[in-house]
Order: sequence, then C-alpha cells, then structure tokens
Amino acid sequence: MPLYLTNPAPGQIGGCQNNPSVVPSGKPGEDGMSSIRKCAVFVCAALWTSTVLGQQTPVGGPPQNQAATKLGPIVGSPIPVSADKLPVAKLKVPAGFKVEVYASGVANARSLAVSDKGTVFVGSRLVGAVHAIRIKDGKTEVKPLVSGLQRPNGVAFHKGTLYIAEISRISRIDNVEDKLGTAPKPTVINEQFPKDEQHGWKFIGIGPDEKLYVPVGAPGNVLVPDYKTHAHIRRMNLDGSGMEIIAEGQRNSVGFDWNPVTKEMYFTDNGRDWVSEDGPEDELNRVRANGKKHFGFPYCHQGNFRDPEFGWGMNCADYEPPVALLGGHGASLGMRFYTGSMFPAEYKDAAFIVRHGSWNRTNKIGGDILLAKFNPDGTVKSLEPFLTGFLQDNTYVGRPVDVAQLADGSLLLSDDFNGAVYRISYAK
Amino acid sequence: MRNSFRAGALVALALVAAPALSASLNERLAPCLACHGEKGTSVMPEVPSLGGQPAPYMLVQLFAFREKQRLADPMNDLAQELTNDDLMVISEALAKLPPPVVSGKGADAAKIEKGRVAAQKHRCGFCHNPDMSGHDQIGRIAGQREDYLLKALREYKSGKRAGFDPAMLEVVRDMSDEDFVNVAHLLAHWN
Repeated sequence: MPLYLTNPAPGQIGGCQNNPSVVPSGKPGEDGMSSIRKCAVFVCAALWTSTVLGQQTPVGGPPQNQAATKLGPIVGSPIPVSADKLPVAKLKVPAGFKVEVYASGVANARSLAVSDKGTVFVGSRLVGAVHAIRIKDGKTEVKPLVSGLQRPNGVAFHKGTLYIAEISRISRIDNVEDKLGTAPKPTVINEQFPKDEQHGWKFIGIGPDEKLYVPVGAPGNVLVPDYKTHAHIRRMNLDGSGMEIIAEGQRNSVGFDWNPVTKEMYFTDNGRDWVSEDGPEDELNRVRANGKKHFGFPYCHQGNFRDPEFGWGMNCADYEPPVALLGGHGASLGMRFYTGSMFPAEYKDAAFIVRHGSWNRTNKIGGDILLAKFNPDGTVKSLEPFLTGFLQDNTYVGRPVDVAQLADGSLLLSDDFNGAVYRISYAK
Repeated sequence: MRNSFRAGALVALALVAAPALSASLNERLAPCLACHGEKGTSVMPEVPSLGGQPAPYMLVQLFAFREKQRLADPMNDLAQELTNDDLMVISEALAKLPPPVVSGKGADAAKIEKGRVAAQKHRCGFCHNPDMSGHDQIGRIAGQREDYLLKALREYKSGKRAGFDPAMLEVVRDMSDEDFVNVAHLLAHWN
C-alpha cells in the first residue's frame, strides 16, 4: 500500500506547524501521514489561491519582508572550495560509518558515474565540464575530461563508454578511460530534446534492459506541458535510436535507479513551488509494469493534493501515486539502491536518496541523505535520515546531489556547493 | 566608434589580466571603472553600475564571461585570461564600491506604481531582498541603470542570457514587455 494517500480532514487547521522535517515512516495498514502533514496540506488548500496567482498582498501568503529572501535560490560558487575548508567534520552518520573527503576541486560536482576500473566521472550544472577522478599511486587526481558543454549534469557509464546528457542532447565517449586527459570529443547520439533551460539539466541512467533512460522536466514551475515533448521519461537504445516515452506527468526528476529485487525503476520527482512552506512534497515514484503511466503533474501532486490552478475537477486516483513522500521543497535528487557488502545487512537493497536542500522555504529542510527500505513487493517499509549536517542553523554549508557505489561497497556523495566528492565507508 | 571601443578593451584586457605582482589592484581595476563608473555609478549607456553588488554575484558574472556562458562584448575578452584567484580578488574589490547614486530626474510616478505592482506580483524582492540590494549570487538591482535593466530582462526573455542559475528565466516567462519597462523604471528610481 502506498504511503500518505489519505486526504486531510477539515478542522485540522489549528495547531499546525511549519516544519515537518523528515518524513515519518509509514506502516502497512496505516495511512502513514502525520497529523502535522495533514494540517500542512489543509493550510495550503486554505491559503494558496491568493498567492500562486500572484495577486497582491495575499492574506497569509508568503512573507513580504526580510524573511522572504530566505525563499530565494541558493547557488554555490563556480570555484571549488579547498579541501581544508570542506564541512566534512559537520556531517553526521550512524555509528560505525565514516565520512571523508574523496576529492576536492571538482567544480559544481553533480551526477556521479563509476567505471568498472574505479574512475569516477562527475557531471556539472553550472560550469560546463565533466570531471574525471582517479586514484593514481595513492594520490587523488581530478581533471576535466571535457568542457564547454551546456549544463552537462547527467553522466552514466556502461561497458567502457561514458554517456553525457546536456540540456538538449545525449552524447557518448567510447573507451573513455583510454582517453583521459586528451579532451575527447563526445559523439552525439541523440539531440531530439527541448532546449529549455528551466528543468532542462538531466540525470541519466542505464537500465537492466540495457537502454538509456532520460527524463525531460517541465519547462517551468507549474504549467500544463505538452507531454509529447516535456514532463516525461524516455528511453532509447545505447546508440540513440528507438526513443520512446515510458512515463509522463513527472515535473522534474533528477535521480533514478532500479530496484535490484523487483527490477522496477524508481525515480525522485521535485514538487512544485510557491504553494506553501511545507508542500506539496517531493515524491519517490515507482514505474510498475501494470501501473498507470501518468504521475500526476501538474494536476495532482504527492498523490493526494490537487493543484490550486490545474487540479480543479481532476481526480488523483487517475494517476500513479508515489510510494513515499520526501518533504516539501527538499529537492530530492540522486538516489541509488545499495548492492554492496561493506555496509550492514539491513542496508542491502535499500535506497539512498539525496536531498539537495530547499530554496522555496523560510525554514529549510534537506541537505541530507535519506535511507528507504523496501518490502518484498516494492512498497516502502521505512524512511529515515542517514547522513545529515549540510544544513546548519538554517544555512547550507554544502549541498549534496548524488550518490554512487564504489566496487568495495563504500558510497560516494557529490556536493555541488563546495565542488567536492565525499566517501562514506563502514567498519565494525 | 565600435572599433575604438574594441581597441580600448584590448588595452584594458592587458591591464586586467596582468600578473598581480606587476600591477597594483587599483591599476587592474582601472579598466573596469573606466566604463562602469569610478564611484559605482555608470554613466555609459547599457553598461551596468557595479556599486553595491555582492561579491559572489560579481564572481559568478566574471566566471560566466570567462567561460562564455554570458556573452557581452567586451567582457568576454576582458575576462579571458583571468585565473580563479583573479576572479575572487577582483570581485571582492569591486564589491566595495558604494551603491549607485539614484537621480530623481525623469521619474514617472504612474510607471513607478505599475512597476511596484509588477515587482510584487513577480516576487522580485523574494530573491533580491525587499530593498532590492541583492545578496550572495543574486545581484543588486536597486538604482541600476534603466536601460541595462531593460536589456537584461529582455535578454532573459529571448533566451540570449541564460543566467548562472535559470531562476530569472522562470520569472520572466509570465512578464510582458510592459512589465519590463515599468519594473526597470521602478528599480532605476528606487529610493
């Protein structure tokens, strides 16, 4: 049973709080939605009509004072922070785990891809480069592989080939590890993508079917998209041919992976902004073979929340519901299932979900990694924080983006705010 | 006119990009101030005032010029040879310039009021601060040159200027050219 699918009951507006923080775990048979969350949803419903349509001085709308500036987007420097200034000592992980700096000087480090030889490729959103990290003679070497690309956020590695996603095209570099340091020219395999900057940067991944999956975001906060061109997930053959749409009604997914047990694809999706401090919440979604192929955007958010502009008369039951909710505006990005053997047995086949951290909130959430555990049927059993500490006193000291597993079972984590990659390991 | 401007820019390039040891910081900033105004207020058409800009905003713009992510003659040439350290030193130094002087000349009360309504509707102050002074990588727009603001807004709308982060593209999507004119007028006469 999906989590959090009960509509809020009227009359719960009193005593609402602003900061629901981390999502509570839901148990099968319960609706899994805390009263605080129900409250928050109800408050949204009561207040937003005057705010999202941009009318003046909405009653109870977003603050019109200095607190409002806490709602603005936060972008790190294009110049990486030096290793000694990285916030690694502030990061908290469960007992037995350790976080260390794996590589600094990786400008605007975003998506991660690890080769079978251990080279780590790192995409970027703001600096136009894909970097390669290698450990050579015990020393970490960070070098740009290619530069001058248009927001090359997405990278994927498969059988010697690196795939790179820019805003409107996908390219590949074959035998990439033989070409490090030679500024290889990527070969474009598909450029049939919209050119929109908004939600145009992409995460990519290769599925168990050996196809390349590419999401296309909605070109704005909230709008009715043309589903033939936007707000969907596509897949294609590894040479760029045979492109097809496999899911639609996603707003902006910047992370996905396949459940190693059920082989189903799971993806994070970022909820719309400017409705309320708390929501709608980001989603963890599952693409089921027999499920609905539309995930609700822009009509129904978080499985139970009809959009104030576009949701009138729509029915949330018409759309595939999320399997978990990840917090409002938390910017859930990269996610990977854990298949290694370094971490304790309870981590096997669980998923790490990275929350970049919110911008459209006065009291920020995110800047952490959540751990999702699954039932054998693929529903979410529990959701809890795994790594925290990037958010200190409502200010970011770093912003995590993506995770990737190394061959030894340790986990890498990228941070685009500081331009760094960390390594999380476990020892009894 | 255009050629002499370009020749001037090339001389300026030599100065800005000079190694730190051979030119003092003031000498290196001179070419910047020659166009952008000695005291933070620009008098050149479509050349923005730099006074009161947050250092991280200046850094991001200089970076974008160097990487040709933002195209604006002659800034791409000027920034071409700058190292990361140069970008940081120059942006910190320029951020110390006093905010631009706002002249009440030519203020149109009706336009200002329309601009105020549009600025509120499109939440300019949510990111740029309620007093439009900017912070972090978000630029100061209070007291900026009207022609530059209008140019910047139109470039965001046409897609010519992508922005370091595409936040402005989202904002201008629902703004009309009349909104641009009114908001630019409001901000240029901000007090």
